[in-house]
Amino acid sequence: MSVHTLRIDEKDVSARAGQTILEAARENGIAIPTLCHLEGLSNVGACRLCLVEVAAVGGGTRLMAACVTAAAEEMVIQTDTERLREYRKMIVELLFAERNHVCSVCVANNHCELQDMAVAQGVDHVRYDYLEPTCGVDLSHQRFGLDHNRCILCTRCVRACDEVEGAHTWDVSGRGTLSRVVADLNTPWGASETCTSCGKCVMACPTGALFHQGSTVSEMIHERTRLSFLVDAREKKQWNA
Amino acid sequence: MNAPTTAVGQDEASPGTHPSGDERFARIDEAMQKHAFEQDALIEVLHAAQEHFGYLRTDLLHYIAHGLKLPSSRVYGVATFYHLFTLAPRGEHTCVVCTGTACYVRGVDRLLAAIEAESGALPGQTTPDGRITLEVARCVGACGIAPVVVFDGNVEGGQTEDSTLDRIRKWDHHGSE
Amino acid sequence: MDQNELRSIVEAERSERRPVQVRVCTASACLASRSREVAGRLRAAAEGAGLGDRVDVREVGCLRLCSEGPLVKVEPEGVLYERVGVDQADSIVGAIGGGTAEARVGDLSEPFFARQLPIVLENSGAVEPERIASYLAAGGYGQLRRVLREMTPQQVVEAITRSGIRGRGGAGYPTGLKWATVAKMPPGRKFVVCNADEGDPGAFMDRSVLESDPQRVLEGMAIAGYAVGADQGYVYLRGEHPLTIRRLRLAIDQARRLGVLGSGIFDSPFNFRIDLRIGAGAYVCGEETALMASIEGRRGTPHPRPPYPAQSGLWGSPTLINNVETLANIPAIVREGADRFAAIGTASSKGTKVFALAGNVRRSGLVEVPMGTSLRTIVEEIGGGAPEGRSIKAVQTGGPSGGCIPAAHLDTPVDYESLKALGSIMGSGGMIVMDDRADMVDVARYFMEFCRDESCGKCIPCRAGTVQLHRMLVRIRDGQATRDELHRLEGLCEMVRHASLCGLGQAAPSPVLSTLRFFREEYESRLIGG
Ligand SMILES: Cc1cc2nc3c(=O)[nH]c(=O)nc-3n(C[C@H](O)[C@H](O)[C@H](O)COP(=O)(O)O)c2cc1C
Ligand code: SF4
Ligand code: SF4
Ligand code: FES
Ligand code: FES
Repeated sequence: MSVHTLRIDEKDVSARAGQTILEAARENGIAIPTLCHLEGLSNVGACRLCLVEVAAVGGGTRLMAACVTAAAEEMVIQTDTERLREYRKMIVELLFAERNHVCSVCVANNHCELQDMAVAQGVDHVRYDYLEPTCGVDLSHQRFGLDHNRCILCTRCVRACDEVEGAHTWDVSGRGTLSRVVADLNTPWGASETCTSCGKCVMACPTGALFHQGSTVSEMIHERTRLSFLVDAREKKQWNA
Repeated sequence: MNAPTTAVGQDEASPGTHPSGDERFARIDEAMQKHAFEQDALIEVLHAAQEHFGYLRTDLLHYIAHGLKLPSSRVYGVATFYHLFTLAPRGEHTCVVCTGTACYVRGVDRLLAAIEAESGALPGQTTPDGRITLEVARCVGACGIAPVVVFDGNVEGGQTEDSTLDRIRKWDHHGSE
Repeated sequence: MDQNELRSIVEAERSERRPVQVRVCTASACLASRSREVAGRLRAAAEGAGLGDRVDVREVGCLRLCSEGPLVKVEPEGVLYERVGVDQADSIVGAIGGGTAEARVGDLSEPFFARQLPIVLENSGAVEPERIASYLAAGGYGQLRRVLREMTPQQVVEAITRSGIRGRGGAGYPTGLKWATVAKMPPGRKFVVCNADEGDPGAFMDRSVLESDPQRVLEGMAIAGYAVGADQGYVYLRGEHPLTIRRLRLAIDQARRLGVLGSGIFDSPFNFRIDLRIGAGAYVCGEETALMASIEGRRGTPHPRPPYPAQSGLWGSPTLINNVETLANIPAIVREGADRFAAIGTASSKGTKVFALAGNVRRSGLVEVPMGTSLRTIVEEIGGGAPEGRSIKAVQTGGPSGGCIPAAHLDTPVDYESLKALGSIMGSGGMIVMDDRADMVDVARYFMEFCRDESCGKCIPCRAGTVQLHRMLVRIRDGQATRDELHRLEGLCEMVRHASLCGLGQAAPSPVLSTLRFFREEYESRLIGG
C-alpha cells in the first residue's frame, strides 16, 4: 500500500493512500476539532470546524476541510493558526445564536460536543443576534425525544439511521436556516412507520437534541462511542450479524 | 395519512381503472413508468403530481415514496427543499411579484408592499378567503420591461402600484359576485 | 439521417420561403407585451391584403431590444418596428414594398445594434425556434456532421483548446482543459450536462438563447459528447420558465425524430441522446455538484470538491458540465476555426460575451459584444445611459456572487481578469445599471437576503452567517448600528467567504465587500456616533 509523507503542524507524518488529513492527524496525535464528523459514518464536510490551512502551490494557503480532504504527498498543513481559531470561534457562536441552546436545562449538559467545542475554542460570549426561532419538541416516541431547539443540523442522526441501521427514518426538510430534521413525512417520531427504535440516532447526536426520555445525565455519557464501536466491529466481522 | 394503499404495480395502471378511484393518480403512475420507476426520477414525478393535483398532499408524497421505493423522509426532504413545490393548496388566483435585480432597481419593493397591504397576505401566503396566493419570483426573464408582475400566469411589464392594485381588485370583485 | 435527406429538407425550406419575411419576436419580454397576438394580426392582415403568398409571418426568438417590444422586423427590407400594437398590423403590412407604416421604426444603425457582434446570437431573431428545418436551413447541424466525418475526438478537443474559450457560467474555467480532462478519463459511461439553471436574479441570456435558438445548444452538446466520449446528455433547466421548457422539449423531440440526435448520427458510429431535467426553484442548483444531486433526484445540496465532476460526476461517472452560452459557441468555433475565434476579444478572454442589460438604463435587452469592450460602451452607447435627468452610479455584474463597479471605472474592459480586479466577476452575464437614486447599502442587503433565502443550509458559515449578515446590513441601512457592528460585519464576511463549502456561501459577501470598497461613506455616514 502506498504511503504519503506530509507535514502537519511542523511534524512529519505518514498517511496511507486514501486516508484523510483528519485521519492522518489523529493517528499522529494531532487534534483537529470536528462536529459533523463521526467515526463510522460517511463524511459530509458541513460544519467547517475541521478546516485547516494547506500551503498552496503558488504561495499562500487554502482552507480545506480535513475530514473530506485526502492526505497527499508533500502537503504542508497548519491546523491551529490564529485565523483558524478565529473562524472556529465564529462558527460556534453562530450555532449558539441560531437556535435556543440553554445549557443549564439541557439533558446533555456537561457532555455535549457543542458545549465542549465552545470551551475548547474559548467562546465566552456570542457576538451575533440570538435568533430565537420557534422550534418544537417531539416527545411522541416512547423512549426517545427530539428537541429542535438544540439541533445543529450536523446530520449525524440522518447518516447513522441510513448508513448503520438502514432505516432512513430521518432526513432534512426545508432549506437554509429553516431546515429541520424530519422523520418520515414530517410524522411525529412515535408514529413513524420506519423507526426501529434502535436508538442509533440518539447515540450519534452531538448535542441534547436527541435524547432518551427520562434519562439522567450520567446515562447519556459514553453513548456516542458505542456507535463507532458497532460500525468498527461490523467492518471487521467481529460479529456475525 | 389516508393514502390509497395499493402500491403501483408496474402493470396495473391502465387509464380509467385506477384503484384509488381518482384518475389523477394514473397520471402519477405514468410519470413513474416513463422513468422506469427509477429513484432518480423523484423530482420529475413530483412535478407531475403537482401539475395534476395543484399541490403536494401528504398522501401523494406517500404514494410516490411507495411507488419509487424511496424512504418517505427523503421524499419529504426533496419536496420541501425546492421552492416551486408547494405542500399547501393555492388560492383561486396567483399573483407572482418579480423581485429580481432589475425589478428591485425599478422599485418593485413598493409595489410588493402595496400588494401585501391590499391583500393582507405575505409572500407565500394565501388570503384567508382562499382567493389570492401571493408569491415572489427572482427574475421571470422579462427584465427589459421591469417591474414585472405575473397575474395568473400572464406576465405584465411596466407595472405601477395603481395598475397592480387594479388587477387585484378586479379579482376581488369577480370573486364576490 | 443521411446527407440527401438533410439536403432535401434544406432545399424544401428554402424554396418554400416567400419573398418577404415578417419576423415577430416571441421571446419572454415581447411575449409579455402580447407579441403573439401581434403575429396573429399580421398574418390576418397579410391574408386580407392578398399578400398571403408573398409574405411569411414567422415567430422568431429574441430581437434583442427587449425594452421596446413587441418587436417586428421585416426582411429583406431590414425595417425594425418597435412597441408594435395589434392595431398597427394593417399599416405595417401596407408598407411592405415601399411606404411608411403608422408604427415606430427603430434605427438599426444606432449603437445598440451597430456596436454588437452576434456570434452566439447570430441566429437569434432569424431562425424559428420551434422548427428544426429553419435551423437546418441556416446551416444547423452542419458542424456536427463535419466533426463526425472529418475530425477525431482529440482534434475537436484541440480545436476548442486552441480557441481559448473559457466557461461562460461564471468562473471562466478554460473549456478545452475541462473537455480534455473528461476525454482522458478511461472509456465507459460519461455524461455531458448543459447547465441552464441561470439563477442570477437579473439575468436572462441563457434563457433567451434557449428560447431563440435551442438547436444550436443541442448541436454544441452533441459535439462535446463526441469529443469527450459521452453518449448521454442532460439539459438542466429551471422550472420557472414554461416557455423555455416547452421550446427545448420540442427541439429535442424534433432532433430525435430527424435523427440528428440518437443512434448512428449521420451514419457514423456515434450515438448521443439528450434528456431534459427540470429544476424546481433553487439557485444553488446552478452550482455543479448541487446540480448533479438534483439530476439524481435528491436535495440540491453541494458536496465538497474534489472529486470534480470531470472525474466523478453523475452516478460516479466522468461528467462534463458546461454553461448554455459556452455550448452555443461551439458550433461557431468549429465552423470558423479556432484561430478566427481566438482573434476576437483580449489576450486572456477570447470571443464574445452575451449580457442581459437592464435596470436604470434607457435601452434594455440582450447585448453581445467582443470581450474587452468597455463597460462604458455597453452601458452608455449601447444602453443609451441613465434615464432622463439621472446619472449612472454603478454597474452590477455577476449578480449575488458579483459586485458593483462605480461609474468612475466605466472604462474598464469586460474580461475575466479586469472585472475580478475590481472585486466583481464576469458572472454569467447579468448587467444591472444603477442610477444616482440607488442606496448601495440596501443593494448589498438585497443580495444578502437573496443568498440567505437560497442557502441550502448544509454548512454553518453560509446558513447561519448570511442570516446574521443580513440583519447587520438592515441595521446599518436604518442608522441603528455602531462602528463596532461595521467591524463585526467585515469580520464575518471574511469568515463566510473563506469557510463556506460551496461557491454560493463563498461569494455571498462579495456584494458587501465591493460596496464597502467603493461606497464606504454610505455605510460610515449612517453609523451611530459617526
Ligand atoms: C451558487 C452557484 C450558482 C451557479 N449558477 C450557475 C448557473 O445558473 N449557470 C451556470 O452555467 N453556471 C452556474 N454556476 C457555475 C457552475 O457551477 C459551473 O461552474 C458552470 O456551469 C460550468 O460551466 P462553464 O465552464 O461552461 O462556465 C453557479 C455556481 C455557483 C457556485
Ligand atoms: S438531531 Fe442531533 S444528530 Fe441530528 S442533526 Fe440535529 S444535532 Fe445533528
Ligand atoms: S455555502 Fe451555502 S449553499 Fe453552499 S453548501 Fe454551504 S450552506 Fe449550502
Ligand atoms: S468535521 Fe469536517 S466539516 Fe464538520
Ligand atoms: S428581474 Fe424581474 S424580470 Fe428579471
